[in-house]
Amino acid sequence: MTSFRSLRFHMDWQGQKLAEQIMQMMLLVSAVIAFVAGYVLGSFQMMMIVYAGGVTLTALITVPNWPFFNHHPLNWLDPSEAEKHPKPQVTVSSKKKGTKK
Amino acid sequence: MHSFGYRLNGLLTFSVTILAVMCAMASLSDNLNTPSPSAEIQVTNINRFQKQPRGNDEVSLTMNISADLQTLFTWNTKQLFVFVAAEYKTPKNSLNQVSLWDAIIPSKEHAKFWIQTSNKYRFIDQGNNLRGKEFNLTLHWHAMPKTGKMFADKIVLTGYSFPEEYR
Repeated sequence: MTSFRSLRFHMDWQGQKLAEQIMQMMLLVSAVIAFVAGYVLGSFQMMMIVYAGGVTLTALITVPNWPFFNHHPLNWLDPSEAEKHPKPQVTVSSKKKGTKK
Repeated sequence: MHSFGYRLNGLLTFSVTILAVMCAMASLSDNLNTPSPSAEIQVTNINRFQKQPRGNDEVSLTMNISADLQTLFTWNTKQLFVFVAAEYKTPKNSLNQVSLWDAIIPSKEHAKFWIQTSNKYRFIDQGNNLRGKEFNLTLHWHAMPKTGKMFADKIVLTGYSFPEEYR
């Protein structure tokens, strides 16, 4: 059941891109297969059934936060580590820079 | 994409857009169909041919209608609407069309038929021009699609005429 617990987490950036690509490709492929099946069998209903199946399959694969979409997680810096490296200070020049001869 | 709801919305939107494209392609595929329908109508009897009190002619006739419209059906055809119209010319109107009978054919199996029927709708002229008049019987059809464009066409059958006298 660990895979279900990991659904609480989001995908990483690579995972999001992968999910979007998989979704677009699978929907287009489902549409092509459905149209060809319907045309060859001469059945409009068959086209709709095959397409609906393809959409459902695509939804199951690409919409939930499956673990394989999280293989390149971004590791945010630990707070204790961040304290050791203070942020660089921006030097503030209070006067406007004028043209100096 | 960013969250469950975002991805679900994107998937539903894209899938419905693709569905619209598929339906357009299905409608376009109807143009690949080359139908070869045939029909024959015989007027077996003129039952009544009278002038009404208001001065218009009325006819009641019995027809044998036989047709083979099976080639009009494609995978994208929902049903076929068929009607028979009598067409003739009078001094007042260059074309009169009177619908005599119609039917809905729901599937290819029912598209080859033979029916003997009297006219379903009354045949009343605008005036009293029908004695001895020649007329055509035209079988019209509308092929109603499941999605997309509806095709309509007809077969014209000539050579019919009314009796010279009322009966």
